[in-house]
Amino acid sequence: MDLSLTDEQKLIVDQVRRFVREEVVPLEDGLDPDADSLPPEDHERLAGRVAEMGLYGLDIPPEFGGPDVDIVTRTLLAIEMSQHRAGLYAPCYNVFGGAGLAQMFEANEDQKQRFLHPMLRGEKKTFFGLTEPSGGSDPARAIQTRAVRDGDEWVINGAKMFISGADRADFGLVFARTDPGKGRAGVTCFIVETNTPGFHVRRIVHTLRAARYATELQFEDMRVPHANVLGEVNGGFAIANDRVSRQRIPYAATCIGVAIKAQELAVEYAKIRETFGDKLAHRQGIQWMVVENEIDIRQALWITLAAADKARRGEPFRTDSALAKIVATEASGRVVDRAMQIHGGYGVTKDLPFERWYREMRIRRIGEGPNEVQRHIVARDLFGSSLR
Amino acid sequence: MAVRLDKPWRPLDTEAVAALSGQLGVYQLSDDGAAVRAIVRVDARSLFGLRGELGRELAERGEGLFFRLEVNHQPRTRWLELMMAHRADHGRLPEWNPPEDGEGLGRLSPA
Repeated sequence: MDLSLTDEQKLIVDQVRRFVREEVVPLEDGLDPDADSLPPEDHERLAGRVAEMGLYGLDIPPEFGGPDVDIVTRTLLAIEMSQHRAGLYAPCYNVFGGAGLAQMFEANEDQKQRFLHPMLRGEKKTFFGLTEPSGGSDPARAIQTRAVRDGDEWVINGAKMFISGADRADFGLVFARTDPGKGRAGVTCFIVETNTPGFHVRRIVHTLRAARYATELQFEDMRVPHANVLGEVNGGFAIANDRVSRQRIPYAATCIGVAIKAQELAVEYAKIRETFGDKLAHRQGIQWMVVENEIDIRQALWITLAAADKARRGEPFRTDSALAKIVATEASGRVVDRAMQIHGGYGVTKDLPFERWYREMRIRRIGEGPNEVQRHIVARDLFGSSLR
Repeated sequence: MAVRLDKPWRPLDTEAVAALSGQLGVYQLSDDGAAVRAIVRVDARSLFGLRGELGRELAERGEGLFFRLEVNHQPRTRWLELMMAHRADHGRLPEWNPPEDGEGLGRLSPA
């Protein structure tokens, strides 16, 4: 197994690293400590730079105009792009663009024209509506939102919880139960436009996260045309599951990026901060914390890259991505905690990024499937059918 | 937690400001103790938190105003929520908020 980067990977990673340090980080001095966006003129300028680098829309498949960067390289870049204060939930303030809802690439031709292409052009914003007040980790059982067919339309009633971006979205994916007796085989995915009568964003759900706040949705006799069913009726679970599996690798990568930055800051600070007549870096207690950080970072890094490499080769990677998600979120949480400790009182102030990372990193053990569910996935694969 | 801030209005004067803490949060201003004229967030860029910002309001606008506040360590998202709720209720932003406060604001339809 070759663990070295190719010349092309080295070049791109170095390019993005310099971009983050020279273009993004300096802007944060003038932003709110919890900002999740840049002023429009800065966003436009930096997005232009990214386009010049040929890296805009990294996650868009090449057949839809993306730059055709493989998933290992994208993972390496995700690690670089998150190395700043807002990096965990707003890497580079989204100036690299995004693929939006990956499930839309499976849409039919009519849906692609109406939704996918405007989304890729940045004309339409989206949301992903899976989790409900009754739960999100077990969508096959937790989904209580009902959709009932009425001629060429479906009538949807129910609620969704912890939905990011719904208040600003033009459309989104809503998963609803269409056959109550069929469990996971009774869920359908609908493309829902947010100006549909009966669509309500009831409130912001305030959390530890400063960027990309969540919302609570309610649907009251919301009528959605049958033409807006994504995929097959009762085939929604596979669509939801696919997204969750795919997301775990970049989710792990952004945690690692933040951990790397926290470690870098901790090492630099320990080299200059003196206590009781000597540098922190000379104290064994500090040295061991920094070493533990390094162990955590490297374990998370290699497990995540191994998962990405399996995905690149087209091999099954569900267990690998679950392991990456567990290790990266837990290890990075420990790294940020130790880096904060090394910085002492300054570490918990909003003058430095640690307190934001500390809050937001805590969510990562829950988001995109709690780590206990990831462990269940790994255990199921290890034990085989005896746990099913 | 209620979407709307519905605490009683208090007169904005020197005594009230002196009694405030320096915490983060949001506040609303009114000129008649009924209509919301401004919704403001107090984040970590404020030197003295709610006390500092409401003291500044008093110095700049003078007495005769009313305020109500919420201590909240997530002032940004709470401010966005209050702004969206106000626009949903009144069809516009508060008069004293600058137009740029509405840029990129989402849509809420609170119950």
